[in-house]
Amino acid sequence: MSTQQSMAGTTTTAVAAATEPARPRRRPRRTVNWWLTALMIVLSLTVLVPLYFAVITALKTPDQLTGAGFGLPSPARWENFAEAWRLTHFPRAALNSAIITVGAVILTLLTNSMVAYAISRNMHRRLFKGLFLYFVSALFVPFPIIMLPVVKLTANLRLDNQVGLILLYVVYGLALNVFIYVGYLQSIPRELEEAALTDGASIWTTFWRVIFPLLGPINATVGIIMCLWAWNDFLLPLVILSSPDAQTLPLVQYVFQGQFSTNYTVAFASYLMALAPLVIVYIVAQRWVISGVMRGSIK
Amino acid sequence: MASVTSRTEQTAAEAGPAPGAVRRRRRGVQLTFYLMVIPAFLLFFIFHTVPVLQGVFYSFTDYAGYGEWNFIGFDNYANIFLDERVRHAYVFTLQFAVVSTILVNVVALAVAIGLNGRIKFRNLLRGVFFLPNVMAILVVGYIFNYLFSYSLPYIGQKLGSATLSTSILANENLAWLAIVVFAVWQAAAFAIILYLAGLQTIPGELYEAASIDGAGAWRQFWSITFPMIAAFFTINMVLSLKNFMMVFDHIIPLTNGGPGTATESISLVIYRGGFQGGDFAYQTANAVLYFVLIVTLSLFQLRILQRREVSA
Repeated sequence: MSTQQSMAGTTTTAVAAATEPARPRRRPRRTVNWWLTALMIVLSLTVLVPLYFAVITALKTPDQLTGAGFGLPSPARWENFAEAWRLTHFPRAALNSAIITVGAVILTLLTNSMVAYAISRNMHRRLFKGLFLYFVSALFVPFPIIMLPVVKLTANLRLDNQVGLILLYVVYGLALNVFIYVGYLQSIPRELEEAALTDGASIWTTFWRVIFPLLGPINATVGIIMCLWAWNDFLLPLVILSSPDAQTLPLVQYVFQGQFSTNYTVAFASYLMALAPLVIVYIVAQRWVISGVMRGSIK
Repeated sequence: MASVTSRTEQTAAEAGPAPGAVRRRRRGVQLTFYLMVIPAFLLFFIFHTVPVLQGVFYSFTDYAGYGEWNFIGFDNYANIFLDERVRHAYVFTLQFAVVSTILVNVVALAVAIGLNGRIKFRNLLRGVFFLPNVMAILVVGYIFNYLFSYSLPYIGQKLGSATLSTSILANENLAWLAIVVFAVWQAAAFAIILYLAGLQTIPGELYEAASIDGAGAWRQFWSITFPMIAAFFTINMVLSLKNFMMVFDHIIPLTNGGPGTATESISLVIYRGGFQGGDFAYQTANAVLYFVLIVTLSLFQLRILQRREVSA
């Protein structure tokens, strides 16, 4: 239906274009729709207002928490951040989050891309095609079905720590990442690597010297997805990590649910500190992040 | 594809130094490919497939997570259907997931169309709308908890609304709506970007042509926009429903399953029963049913939506 209509439309455009030169073209090509712009700005407040609220609340004293709570703090109480820093053992939690995230991202990029390469260059073989489907089908397995046995397994293997968590992210990431990488690898022309292979390079060298450097854009996509997942994840660290010393930033927010439950202002300071690192990275690299995510979705 | 590769290899073999050396090299090539995937396969098998099989296995036992166990056949499954708490979790999760999926897709598509229009500050606005996807659900959930518990009731009192003047998180019948609002707020960010990617694949001439033909905005949407992004609509619907069926992170900070057990999702029941209640085997049976439900829903959705894609 749409094709038909577009064809009919094209003819009309052609006719219109042919008759157009009679009158001068003054209409600028891109007029800004200010009403729409205003509407979108108002809609964006749904995102910004909760954040504004978090920032002002984090700077208040408990007795400034009156009414709807949208008023500015006066005077601002910066000590909330120091107290949150202390209560959550922020440096330790942030370091754990950072180690787990960086470890998971780097290992994923190095290993998952290689697995996907081997699969994509052997898709005509039943074994590799089967392996591809095997990994991708895991996308439909909800985590709770494996949760209970995995926790027992990691505890028995003494992987109930940061290292175990990194391993699980890298392994579980295969399901989505192999899918994304294979889609991209199929579009890379074979001539390049065939030239390298005829020159006597091994598959191993060819992958690391020729193919891997070409994976930049899709590595960015996979890296962003993994980074958001590992940094913000809650359920996996909650069930896997056994020692309080290993807790990540989302987990330590639990501190405020117990005896400090009335201390909202300090809690909000802590929430902001947990969100800040990734939000700051995002603000700096916003376009790059969004184009990376878009690339992943089109593949 | 296979025939092309083998033909190139054949030519290479004819031109190459000695057929034997080439064959040996080919075997080396194959060996490298296998070495590249075998460790990944083994790890995936140990940490994903084995737990799945174990889960299915334990679901037929009375294993408590420790100690001895016996086979009890389908007793766990039979009990699940009689379990009021589990049944309520399924109803709640399905209701939450369906409503949130529809809302997320309506909201995200509308915002994406707005962002794709002739607006100023497009990149900045796009960046703002994606922001919720960058933040941990759990942490932002605590912020929303405060808004629902204190700010909204205050506004409700000012407006003289009886329902809104108390925290809706403490209201057995309304708490699930608060979770829907938060879930839509959070999930729309990613869906907007996906729809925007879809909208940008539509050539602008289509709209120019349609408007010259006199098609209004509404007509243009149903005749051009919607059919052209059908694949993105399918992906978004399937992903949203699947993710919302697994809801966990949203509920912990907002209601923690309460009031009572009013907002306990299936994941939460499995987590609580399995780790805190000593119902390990029973909850693995629950998880197996849950898995079957999610796969069935996803396949059902894919079939319906893809049929629609083709006919459109």
